[in-house]
Amino acid sequence: MAASTRRPEHKAPPDIFYNEEEARKYTSNTRMIEIQSQMTERALELLALQEDVPCFILDIGCGSGLSGQTLEESGHFWIGVDISSAMLSVALEREVEGDMMLGDMGQGMCFRAGSFDGAISISALQWLCNADKTSHSPPKRLFKFFSTLYSCLSRGSRAVFQFYPENSEQIELITQQAMKAGFTGGLVVDYPNSTKAKKMFLVLFTGGHQKLPKALGTEEQQNTGTDHIPYSDKRERMKQIRGKAPKKSRDWILEKKERRRRQGRNVRPDTKYTGRKRSGKF
Amino acid sequence: MKLITHNMLTSKSLKGVNVGFPLKICATEVKEVAVDFNPEFVTRMIPKLDWDALCQAAESLGCLNDLPRSVNPNHENDEEFLKKAHHVLLEVEVIEGELVCPETGRKFPVNEGIPNMLLNEDEV
Ligand SMILES: C[S@@+](CC[C@H](N)C(=O)[O-])C[C@H]1O[C@@H](n2cnc3c(N)ncnc32)[C@H](O)[C@@H]1O
Repeated sequence: MAASTRRPEHKAPPDIFYNEEEARKYTSNTRMIEIQSQMTERALELLALQEDVPCFILDIGCGSGLSGQTLEESGHFWIGVDISSAMLSVALEREVEGDMMLGDMGQGMCFRAGSFDGAISISALQWLCNADKTSHSPPKRLFKFFSTLYSCLSRGSRAVFQFYPENSEQIELITQQAMKAGFTGGLVVDYPNSTKAKKMFLVLFTGGHQKLPKALGTEEQQNTGTDHIPYSDKRERMKQIRGKAPKKSRDWILEKKERRRRQGRNVRPDTKYTGRKRSGKF
Repeated sequence: MKLITHNMLTSKSLKGVNVGFPLKICATEVKEVAVDFNPEFVTRMIPKLDWDALCQAAESLGCLNDLPRSVNPNHENDEEFLKKAHHVLLEVEVIEGELVCPETGRKFPVNEGIPNMLLNEDEV
């Protein structure tokens, strides 16, 4: 989100802003897809799930399912909630494996106690800081959201939010309401000194005080000067060791397509172009 | 909407509703899809499920078949049982219909497999 453009939250309420045209970008803009899935990888890492265990994850503001697909690729099953039916339609078109529903996070997460092993939310939380209706009070909606989220998480699990706060007051408003709802935790800011690569994560614990994970790109970390997030390399190497094809590789794509064919879905035929690197220009 | 989702979903965000579970399913279209069997995932989910609600839901959709009415205490070693649970939880989908709040009768439409849980401002 460039500083020169007006923030989407100021333009219209989310169910209006994320219309068909906006939702379409989430299938066509490869740069956007790449960024969302990188941030989801990092959120998943911060979620610190038990290694190699398939988990049941809530994706809040799941949109067109970009974040959800990253969860699938790591072997998890997810349920997504989003306020925009246009975004969810795109997710259906993209044949995501998660299950989705229309819902407003500010009205609360309506699941039974202890349902999920963890929750993630990518680029959605800042929307709750706005009052889109006269009856909306952001602190109240945030509290309702966090308190109901707390109850539907299993004990000891975490919720991780990548978000774009507008200013420090918003960060304070959000963290205050989260703590009031019973969470502990705080902010993890990756690459704090880079305008381009800086990313904010709110990491919340249900199980009492714990040490916050280390941010990337701080003094202790070697800053590579690019917005490439190194943990994904590590993850890929681990997967290779465990015998799974690295993500986005030709083999990985072929495997995924084969799986989908077995499920009787329409899958494009394999060609010599399948899984080829595209040139870096857009 | 898959039945695993239905088993977790409540209408307790509605003002005045305490439990809001299980939501009654009135389906006009149900679909079965094939999903890869993951015994570990199903095993991990079973303790979290409300098994009675799952059986009720499956029965109302006519897909209970021979799913046992109670959880086999040794379920992690019973592949037959896990496969049946897998099928009901992940392979049966409500595509069109309604979910009904057990306390207020409020209806939540399901379209294209997506339940609409949005509330009017005066219902919150
Ligand atoms: C930038 S998109 C990100 C979507 C997805 N997480 C991803 O990474 O691709 C933000 C999403 O948050 C959703 N959203 C905004 N406010 C919301 C609310 N109050 N309740 C539920 N979803 C909301 C929007 O509809 C939109 O789909």
